[in-house]
Amino acid sequence: MTCTATETTLGAAHPTGCVAPVNKIIPFSLVDGPGSRTAVFLQGCNIRCAYCHNPETQVECISCQACVKPCPAHALSVADGKVVWDNSICINCDNCIKVCQHKSTPKIELLSAREVADRCISNMPFIRGITTSGGECMLRPDFLYELFTYCNAAGLSCLIDSNGTIDFTEYRDLLALSSGVMLDVKAWDDQWFEYLTGENGVTVRKNLAFLAEQNKLEEVRVIVTEGWNDAEAAVDGIATTLGEKVGQTRIRLMKFRRFGVRGPMENSPSPSDERMQAIELQARELGFGEVVVS
Amino acid sequence: MSEFMDIITSDNLSYKQKVLHLAQAAENSEHPIKTTAEFDRLFAAHALDDMCEGNAPYRPRYICPDYQVFAQNGSEFLRFDKPETLDDLLWGLAALYDNVPSVTSRPVYVGQLDKIIDPFLEGMTDAEIKPRLRRFLNHIDRTVASGYCHANIGPEDTRAGRLLLEVDRELMNAVPNFTLKYDPEVTSDEFMRLAVKTTMVCSNPAFANHRIHKETYPGEYTVVSCYNVLPMGGGAYTLSRVLLPGLAKLATNVDDFMNNLLPTATGEVLNFMNERVRFMVEDSNFFETSFLAKEGLISRERFCGMFGVAGMSECVAELLHLDSSRTYGKDDEANELADQIMVKIADQVNSFDAVYSEVFGGRFTLHAQAGFSDQQGVTPGVRIKVGDEPANLYDHIRHSARMHRFFNSGVSDIFPAEPTAERNPDAVVDVVKAAFSIDDKYLSFYSSEGDLVRITGFLAKRSEMKKFQSGDVVLQDTAHDGLGNFTANHLGERKVRMSD
Repeated sequence: MTCTATETTLGAAHPTGCVAPVNKIIPFSLVDGPGSRTAVFLQGCNIRCAYCHNPETQVECISCQACVKPCPAHALSVADGKVVWDNSICINCDNCIKVCQHKSTPKIELLSAREVADRCISNMPFIRGITTSGGECMLRPDFLYELFTYCNAAGLSCLIDSNGTIDFTEYRDLLALSSGVMLDVKAWDDQWFEYLTGENGVTVRKNLAFLAEQNKLEEVRVIVTEGWNDAEAAVDGIATTLGEKVGQTRIRLMKFRRFGVRGPMENSPSPSDERMQAIELQARELGFGEVVVS
Repeated sequence: MSEFMDIITSDNLSYKQKVLHLAQAAENSEHPIKTTAEFDRLFAAHALDDMCEGNAPYRPRYICPDYQVFAQNGSEFLRFDKPETLDDLLWGLAALYDNVPSVTSRPVYVGQLDKIIDPFLEGMTDAEIKPRLRRFLNHIDRTVASGYCHANIGPEDTRAGRLLLEVDRELMNAVPNFTLKYDPEVTSDEFMRLAVKTTMVCSNPAFANHRIHKETYPGEYTVVSCYNVLPMGGGAYTLSRVLLPGLAKLATNVDDFMNNLLPTATGEVLNFMNERVRFMVEDSNFFETSFLAKEGLISRERFCGMFGVAGMSECVAELLHLDSSRTYGKDDEANELADQIMVKIADQVNSFDAVYSEVFGGRFTLHAQAGFSDQQGVTPGVRIKVGDEPANLYDHIRHSARMHRFFNSGVSDIFPAEPTAERNPDAVVDVVKAAFSIDDKYLSFYSSEGDLVRITGFLAKRSEMKKFQSGDVVLQDTAHDGLGNFTANHLGERKVRMSD
């Protein structure tokens, strides 16, 4: 987290001038929340999910320079030991991402919250809001706070797409600026959680309860895999945790797909349609307000 | 072999298609409309044309009957009493359509169907209505069999409108096209969501900016054929056009184009249109012999002439010697020149005295003409060429809205979207609302993976085009036009920006 000031107009607790490595800004996203939204993907993640479909967002570039020579468009160069990306001549062949051994990409822009907000706001009136994702965007709560302040002022709603491993109870101010969180519940049992992600799910379960209680749970998502997580148990556990709020909650059940995946799951099969139908039925019987299968 | 014998012995035209081709060949053997030497020179240079409308116009190009007149009175000529039941109405309309000509000899407009049908639904269940609508829409698809045929619904949310959308979604027909007249102030979000979900399955309906279009003519308007906005109860006598790319090729420089060629070509087209309209009104006896006119479904006073513009993209590329690094749609200088060209054309058209054009204040209307069969190197109207689209969809729509302001009788854009949009219709609704709020006039979407693909404005089935390509006879002749255009304009490569 890079912030240039601590005493600011946003209040002493919230610095301005925050800068973050931005992997991508998609002006029009169909899949990152309700309505037309601009999706902002921040670089860097704190867990290592085997099913990650954009693993190049996990680590900030360490400038190992392995990607520079293979770039066919000569859009990558080295200055002061750092890999520099020239967006204007990049042909987006993604060769750099393919050769990277560090789950990273040189195609990163370091942008201030103000710059990101301006890019989002320039998409008005076509969007109703923004969704921040990653990587894990909650690794940069100060950046989000500043970004959301600007976006809210322009009339844009702000959603957080999170893996839930950062404790939201410590960021109530940020939540107040956000219209909700799209929360991943990657597994239920901690052994499965660790098997899939390398970490445990204690904080995720705490966040699930907390966000539901705060009415900030925009959507909860479970990715259904063959042999990598306990999706049915997760659906059960989520329903139990939500209690009576289950009827107000949208659950999205996503079929694992190999697209973009690298590492141990890159050849894993997708779950069958029969299993997806069974788990959809399970969610409906548990009384979720909305069940979406995708 | 003569042109007539070529048609008679063709091995890939159906009987009906041969009859239509023979009729046009016969019409074209007469030359009642005199043209100037300058017109002929520009015609030969592909700098203007008559849209192959035929040499002796004996019926208006587009006829938009007010079918409510039939729903309320029946027809003396067709010997139908006022329809009392839904069956009376639908069978009566089906017979009526058979008697509505156009440039294609078949109706380009089958009515504001929701408003016509809705009063007949009282006391009927959905289960009783839907099979009837299914048969009705299939009848239109199989008998009119022309993708230029169009139905309108909206802006109000009606039971008939909903049922029509539900049935259309099941049928997956290319005919008729549907346009939803959309006004966020009038149309409910729920109805609009249903429309978007439907369009992601069967590429219908498209969306017209009702707030703007309703002010175009006195009385009601219709959207017909490839998104022509025309007076209901009337239509368009003719559509002739300036082919900007051909005209640009004749120019020695931008100044020569703007100050010599463009005013000359525009003037030639305007005078030619007056001659065509005069022939139709004064000599063809169309309005004197048509029961549609006699019974009040159309009136001569509600017809206008459409001045068409096509190929702006190639025109500015030629004039400014653009290469692939600078293109119309993304380059400021190119966009600015396009704007100036349109200002110039609009000024001249809007000050020209058009004959028999009372419905538009004695002027011809401006139409962004969306293409013709397999013509190469003429991007529809003022659209951005396939392959040159801005990466950001919103920049594309902003460009469209800027160019749309010149056109009153139709201008449109077509956007493919990934099928996932069906699951988030609100996202598409947001985009349409925003586009219309900045005065974009018309847009349509289709699923990038569906069988029904929008060509210039009409729909064709990929599967049917493939059949025709391999030499088979197909029912709908718009599959002929579709194939040529799909190939010539690389429509399969339209940029999909409405995706994950």
